[in-house]
Amino acid sequence: MMRYFQPEFHIVRDPARCIHCGCCVRQCANECHYFDEDGKTVLCRDESCVSCQRCVCLCPTGALRIEKFKSDYRESAVWTQQVQKEICRQASTGGTLLSAMGNPKPYPIYWDHMLLNASQVTNPSIDPLREPMEIRTFLGRKPDRLSFTKDKKLLTEMPPQIKLETPILFSAMSFGSISLNAHRALSAAAKELGTLFNTGEGGLHPDLHDMGQYAVVQVASGRFGVHKDYLNNSAFIEIKIGQGAKPGIGGHLPGEKVNVEVSNARMIPVGSDAISPAPHHDIYSIEDLRQLIWSLKEVTEGKKPVCVKIAAVHNCAAIVSGVARAGADIIAIDGFRGGTGAAPTRIRDNVGIPIELALASADQRLRDEGIRSRVSLLAAGPTRNAADVVKAIALGADAVYIASAALIAIGCHMCQTCNTGRCNWGIATQREDLTRRLNPEIAKERLVNLVTAWNHEIKEMLGGMGINSLDSLRGNRLMLRGIGLTEKELSVLGIRHAGE
Amino acid sequence: MLKEGQVRIPSGCAIAAVIDTTGERFSGETIIRSIALMHDRSNGLGGGFAAYGIYPEHADSYAFHVFFDSEEARQQCEAFLFDHFNVDVSEPIPTKKVPSITDAPDIRRYFAKPNKVRMREAGLDEAEYTARCVIRINAEFEGAFVFSSGKNMGAFKAVGYPEDVGEFYMLDRYKAYLWTAHGRFPTNTPGWWGGAHPFTLLDWSIVHNGEISSYDANRRYIEQFGYKCNLQTDTEVITYLFDHLCRHHGLDLDVAADILAAPEWDEIDEMSPDQRAYFTALRTVYGSALVNGPFSVILGSNRGLLAINDRLKLRSLTAATKGNRAYFASEESAIRVVCPDPERVWAVSGSDPVFIPLHLSKED
Repeated sequence: MMRYFQPEFHIVRDPARCIHCGCCVRQCANECHYFDEDGKTVLCRDESCVSCQRCVCLCPTGALRIEKFKSDYRESAVWTQQVQKEICRQASTGGTLLSAMGNPKPYPIYWDHMLLNASQVTNPSIDPLREPMEIRTFLGRKPDRLSFTKDKKLLTEMPPQIKLETPILFSAMSFGSISLNAHRALSAAAKELGTLFNTGEGGLHPDLHDMGQYAVVQVASGRFGVHKDYLNNSAFIEIKIGQGAKPGIGGHLPGEKVNVEVSNARMIPVGSDAISPAPHHDIYSIEDLRQLIWSLKEVTEGKKPVCVKIAAVHNCAAIVSGVARAGADIIAIDGFRGGTGAAPTRIRDNVGIPIELALASADQRLRDEGIRSRVSLLAAGPTRNAADVVKAIALGADAVYIASAALIAIGCHMCQTCNTGRCNWGIATQREDLTRRLNPEIAKERLVNLVTAWNHEIKEMLGGMGINSLDSLRGNRLMLRGIGLTEKELSVLGIRHAGE
Repeated sequence: MLKEGQVRIPSGCAIAAVIDTTGERFSGETIIRSIALMHDRSNGLGGGFAAYGIYPEHADSYAFHVFFDSEEARQQCEAFLFDHFNVDVSEPIPTKKVPSITDAPDIRRYFAKPNKVRMREAGLDEAEYTARCVIRINAEFEGAFVFSSGKNMGAFKAVGYPEDVGEFYMLDRYKAYLWTAHGRFPTNTPGWWGGAHPFTLLDWSIVHNGEISSYDANRRYIEQFGYKCNLQTDTEVITYLFDHLCRHHGLDLDVAADILAAPEWDEIDEMSPDQRAYFTALRTVYGSALVNGPFSVILGSNRGLLAINDRLKLRSLTAATKGNRAYFASEESAIRVVCPDPERVWAVSGSDPVFIPLHLSKED
């Protein structure tokens, strides 16, 4: 068949190093590497390479390298190679373009336009190695005020609170979109770190039943795997209204990924497509959302906080306020760079707004209405490192969700093709020969290490600011200064420019 | 150059306080001598005092102390005051020429009671009505600044060394049962009269040494509830936190202190179940009112004197008692200069607030 566009990557095999051992042949689910007819010589084809780096990392002699396939088109700022390739792909298939992970376009990343403060002279910085540095975080609805008896016994009935030993939670990734081994690693890491993982819309696999107390269980529009025990076997419940990577649309887990295990967890027949509708068909309004929140509270006897997750969209500040008033205890906002297992490319790349702006305006809106202290705010999509976490909290988040960073920690190389189900790292796949590659013990260790490292860094930055409790950073926007931002951007973020 | 209120200004300081727990009133001479000893802790850019029990003849009226930058500001502000309050007395606050104190604004005081009709229309109680009027004047009336608004108490402050400020206001002629004092060391401001301590609202007055690194978290929390932090000073926000927690939420002063200077989680985790529940609830619900960074704070009120220190004890604060009197100062020497042989002297520890209640008999 005639090819209208070039491959994206070019596999470079160093003949001086390659020993034709066939390791790469076995590793590549995309079948880029293969044995020649002689059964001895390893060859490769570029067409299906997604640059997942699996073969590069595992080649015992370091003979492999992936580079961008370079064949220069006539220059055009309008009709770039990428644009032309996408047109050609659609011309060949007649289909919607699909891709995965977060929006990769070079939109401004506001985290990188904010700088943190540190103490000098008038206020001593604090050494976290010498002094206690508190990052414990509580999520859940807070009463407006407390009252006590004369001898300081609490009279106010406290709504359920979730105690976390770090302001970092693992974000929603369903069993189905990722492997059971990945879920095992996330849940075990959450337990060890004193935080939570999130089931996504895939239910909880029976093997992980005992990990329910470390799970945020999601109720999404497909309601897969949702039943009374699932809801009660959780830390809190999350109603997923939207996802940053694909606001306004539902999800589709192809039937090929629905094996026996996935089918059990999701409570759907083996091999059937799992379609999550765009809206919840019992939520067409804020009143409906309120009813669902209260139904979930009823089924859990009020013991589980209910979180509502929305995508960061233009009007999200007002939506967040409405959701808070509808009875949500926790509100998660997911920015447009958040990851996904599969999303239409056009949606992923063009819908929604950055989490930094959405978070800043939502936090301010709740304060303007005097209700910020009632609810917890979670920011997601994405935070890439400890500095992003600190900046999110200074803007007003109570805690952050991480998912892409967690996957990278266990092997993901952001090849953005989770939707194909051929993840060579054993993460975003259900193929047994592939999922076997992810050792849940090692992956758990790596996740624990990652968050532990971030915790250290968060404490270091807090200490530098002369703060020894994360409580004092929440919404503390004076600790931030903008760099290279317009007046409008500064005003939406509610921060001053560096030097001011 | 931006004036105080347009920019946030950190400052270091000296603080001192004396209380007679029986309510016996004594002259301001004692507190002036105490704060004067710590001359080097301030730099002449701000000093002030708060005195409780000084206006027994107007005990039921709010005593407004106001700075005016201009005649026009005074007229506008008075129009508002006379409209919202029944003003019994309007007079300049007596001062005396002191060489080191210059550029004084017009300084006046008003003894006034809320206009009952307006108060009822607003549906507010007396304290809330008065607090809102004060916050409004300070936020909206350019050139007018109410720096004291309690009953039978008053703040006196200026740009200058505290001992000179005491002389300027002739505080040796006033008698009070509770005095607090402050000498200021702002780090980057020409100094503004309104920016000196104490900072007050209603009967609360705060003198404070330190810089709170939680400032904007505290400010954005408290501004949810109708407060406006016009001065952008730590002291202002601490005052509002106390006012909000005690007056709006009905918490006792010591509970409010447990919120602002909460113990660490390590300590809380080791406490008895009741205490753990108490502090866990406080920290969970009022985490945004936790004050962080180095500070020593003395809160004057009609209930008594409260001293708190930051959790890491990064600022000095000493307490002493003798007979019916209790003394606080940034340095022990400033206590001994006015009370050479105290019965007990101790360093106020972080997260262990000291409250000296006032035991007034009925007729006081």
